[in-house]
Amino acid sequence: MTTAPAQAGWRFRQPSVIPGFGLTLGFSLAYLTLIILIPLSGLVWRSASLGWAEFWAIASDRRTINALEISFGTAFLAAAVNVIFGTLVAWVLVRYRFPGRRIVDAMVDLPFALPTAVAGIALTTLYAPNGWIGKLLMPLGIKVAYTPLGIVVALVFIGLPFVVRTVQPIMEEIDKEVEEAAATLGASRFQIITRVLFPGLAPAIITGFSLAFARGVGEYGSVIFIAGNLPYKSEIAPLLIVIRLEEYNYPAATAIAAIMLALSFVMLLVVNLVQTWSRKRYG
Amino acid sequence: MEVRVANVRKEFERFPALHDVSLDIKSGELIALLGPSGSGKTTLLRLIAGLERPTRGKIFFGDEDASQKSIQERNVGFVFQHYALFRHMTVADNIGFGLKVRHGSSRPPAQEIRRRASELLDLVQLSGLEKRYPAQLSGGQRQRVALARAMAIEPKVLLLDEPFGALDAQVRRELRRWLREIHDRTGHTTVFVTHDQEEALELADRVVVMSQGRIEQVGTADDIYDTPNSPFVYGFIGESSSLPVKVENGEIWLADRPIGLSAPHAPEGDATLYFRPHDVELLDGCSGCIAGTVAASRRVAGTRRVELEIGGERQRVEIELPVDHPAAQKSRVAFRPGRWKLFPAA
Repeated sequence: MTTAPAQAGWRFRQPSVIPGFGLTLGFSLAYLTLIILIPLSGLVWRSASLGWAEFWAIASDRRTINALEISFGTAFLAAAVNVIFGTLVAWVLVRYRFPGRRIVDAMVDLPFALPTAVAGIALTTLYAPNGWIGKLLMPLGIKVAYTPLGIVVALVFIGLPFVVRTVQPIMEEIDKEVEEAAATLGASRFQIITRVLFPGLAPAIITGFSLAFARGVGEYGSVIFIAGNLPYKSEIAPLLIVIRLEEYNYPAATAIAAIMLALSFVMLLVVNLVQTWSRKRYG
Repeated sequence: MEVRVANVRKEFERFPALHDVSLDIKSGELIALLGPSGSGKTTLLRLIAGLERPTRGKIFFGDEDASQKSIQERNVGFVFQHYALFRHMTVADNIGFGLKVRHGSSRPPAQEIRRRASELLDLVQLSGLEKRYPAQLSGGQRQRVALARAMAIEPKVLLLDEPFGALDAQVRRELRRWLREIHDRTGHTTVFVTHDQEEALELADRVVVMSQGRIEQVGTADDIYDTPNSPFVYGFIGESSSLPVKVENGEIWLADRPIGLSAPHAPEGDATLYFRPHDVELLDGCSGCIAGTVAASRRVAGTRRVELEIGGERQRVEIELPVDHPAAQKSRVAFRPGRWKLFPAA
């Protein structure tokens, strides 16, 4: 079980007899400072120099708020879609043996490797009103490209491997006997999935969700092609930052970036707390 | 509930795991399926549970043909070697699971399920651990929870697959006694699989000895130990020694000498003599006995085990002597088996 650090407080615990704790910890901290902490604190520093009133003016600007809403909203929706279908894909890959399984398995990683702009252009071509899929959806009154829905589609594409690759290994570890036990106790197939398998997968699914979500919030390359980038409607926050930069409006750019940073941090923190809770419970 | 296994054959991808196995299990009986690994004992258990479908043959619960029923419908309690507890559920939720997944009117109210869970926890002597998670329990405790969970659905049959296999020797022995007690108290028809003969002989009303997908012998511990009906059972259960012999005119001959045992009904010709190392009579002179040179002598717990080389072929057999018996010091020992059995040479 997990150790209880409550009474110990801040204390270095020698994790093993193998030496190198000091060296590796020192290196990790220096590395993280260089790569993550300094750039991010620079960001906060720059936006702090704005002054509160000015900062608030930028933050409460309708266009900023809309862009943030679109960014976080679409990322959330896309991550939610990925959780459902990514878990399904992982299930199929883990549970069934069929010809071409390894190809499907490899395909899942493609969004990792493909330049996101390429993905964006490909999706736009498909979903544009005169594209293959767009043409079919048009008569139904569904417009995908150049709307927030298009952003969701792009982010689903980008986020899929995050869910599949986090859920898959945990799914592979599921003990077949646990399912058999549930079946002998009278549980139907559906009950086994919802009551036995799914709760066991929940921590992995939450991780996959948070990774896909975080990736979606920051995604730029693929979205700008399919989104149409109409201010107030389908303009994402990262794009707004770039627009502000191109206007040499650095304070506004950093301010939006700082808000995104804070929001992402809070959301990831919440997800992590949920995860810690479920880990502790399900051991 | 009576269980009848009728001419069941099971193949895994054309490889036969069970050949034409039949077995009658009486209601309320505690039966052990004993055999080396690969003997088909676990397959037979899983067939009874419905976790596998027979390739041929049928399995009856009472008069009802259960072989076409799904696992869910069979209402069996199954306990796995590695517990297979639901680790995201508390002990109480684990035990109540089988009742909670029932539909409609057959599902007891939540209160009743809780009451039943704590009743069963009392039975398996784990009262007060309702709120724990499986990760917080020891191996022995987990297996008891698994048993309570299996009993919660009031199963027609209780099936245990190497239930103590993952536990250490001390806990095993304890749980063995405890399982017997539970069985006597609840009276469930119980079948358990084990490769530990001590466990099988001590615990079960009847033991089913299996080898290579076949049942070799079914009987009480006494039957199995005292009158094994095949060389396999003789060799597998308890200690045994064997010697190649010949039957001529109803007498048993070892090489060119009679050993003083008569077998009037045995067929003439080559045979193998089996006996228990501890069941021998030591002799001084040797007219009609088995004699050999002492090759090794080891102290094993309360006895001394002596290995003898017999005859020109230097066949090795083991016999057991009392620790302080003078014969152990000699270089040559003569003996005659007390209880023995002859099987035609293969």
